[in-house]
Amino acid sequence: MNSPKPVGPPLWLLLELTYRCPLHCVFCYNPTEFARTGAELSGADWLRVLREARALGAVQLGLSGGEPLVREDLEEIVAEAHRLGFYINLITSGIGLTEARIKALKSAGLDHIQLSFQDSTREMNDFLSSTRTFELKSKVAALIREHDYPMVLNVVLHRHNIDHVGEILDMAERMGAQYVELANTQYYGWAWLNRDQLLPSRAQLERAEVITQRYRERLEGRMKIYFVVPDYFETRPKACMSGLGSVFLAIAPDGIAMPCHAARMLPGLELPNVRTSGIREIWYDSSAFNRFRGDAWMKEPCRSCPEKHKDFGGCRCQAYLLTGDADNADPVCDLSSHHGLVTQAVARAEAAAAASAPAREHVLVFRDHRTSIPLVTGARAEPAEAGP
Amino acid sequence: MSEVADTTRPAIAAGMRLQWEAAQEAHVLLYPEGMVKLNGSAGAIMSRCDGVRTVADIVADLERSFGLSGLAADVRAFVSLALERHWLEVRE
Repeated sequence: MNSPKPVGPPLWLLLELTYRCPLHCVFCYNPTEFARTGAELSGADWLRVLREARALGAVQLGLSGGEPLVREDLEEIVAEAHRLGFYINLITSGIGLTEARIKALKSAGLDHIQLSFQDSTREMNDFLSSTRTFELKSKVAALIREHDYPMVLNVVLHRHNIDHVGEILDMAERMGAQYVELANTQYYGWAWLNRDQLLPSRAQLERAEVITQRYRERLEGRMKIYFVVPDYFETRPKACMSGLGSVFLAIAPDGIAMPCHAARMLPGLELPNVRTSGIREIWYDSSAFNRFRGDAWMKEPCRSCPEKHKDFGGCRCQAYLLTGDADNADPVCDLSSHHGLVTQAVARAEAAAAASAPAREHVLVFRDHRTSIPLVTGARAEPAEAGP
Repeated sequence: MSEVADTTRPAIAAGMRLQWEAAQEAHVLLYPEGMVKLNGSAGAIMSRCDGVRTVADIVADLERSFGLSGLAADVRAFVSLALERHWLEVRE
């Protein structure tokens, strides 16, 4: 066995300030049991988390949720983060971002705003038909530009909107977006529940890439477009979080500390809580953060794979969701004996596209308090039958 | 690679922030959702790019600070690279 690499600081800190959100996105990665989690941390708790993490060397800060603007003390959190020397990114739907608030956030020291596109069907349709949502996003985009922030738009793609990628980019251009991230859905949380309704076909994906390339050429120098391919179409897994416990630390609204956004679902991982443990102890000493460090936990084919320090075996949550064992190789890898689970899911998407089944016939599960349930109850999770 | 004149006054690009990180014992360049850890010489150059000093000023300052000479070509090459990567910008 190689001697373990020394553990570096948690450079990337993500605070999920709240699970509260005015939207109900079908692809939300928040835990499906979000409504059953404990009370939100107080402002004082968040400030303590910031101070302790910064003292360890954390420097990139993401503020997300839910919708972080729901927190009335967001400005205080930003001000303290700025005072401590964090680079602060706000990830928001823009709902609640008024002139007064953006001014307050700017003067508190907020560095960057990413305006995210939310509800896949309702909001996107509304946006593409240039109605209420388009007006709202345009207004927010104008505010963002007026306050000298780069205009960064993030749009989550899936089967039901990927064919509109040209219209989406037209709208982004009209809004004055300088950066557009077209991020294909990743299948966790609510998106996992809805996976078989959301996964695009390969043909859809290829068409979207061709169109994106055309816009890239036309808008060269004015708008930068990123296209993130869904990993189900790859043969090697993503280097998830650069390895769990390597640089990334996420804190959930109830104070649970996680080595990735979705780690709450992993069985047997005793996630520490910032209410009872300090950040130093959580990062360096807790069993949860040490669980997937190094490569001793790996099974074959990862254990003897020459690429194991490149992709770290891929995503632990995806390995668990698809194979029932978080120590397995991410089945996106075609060296995994479970790779068939991924190709079968893609094949089902192809079949659905070929049958041109109208989207509305499938029941999508909208993220909601009413539908909030634990995603994983048995040893192995399958995408649930959607709907009652 | 673009030509960098002695009179160019490079500045840290908008939306980027340069700071010293004790935990990493390095200057880092921070930008939306990313970070570049700079080596010693890159940090020394970047920390002098304030939009006021010219490339010639920066070279002279570095040569004085480190007791070296003949840094001009290296500094120009780095500034050119940093402009291409949008770490630095030249304001009107």
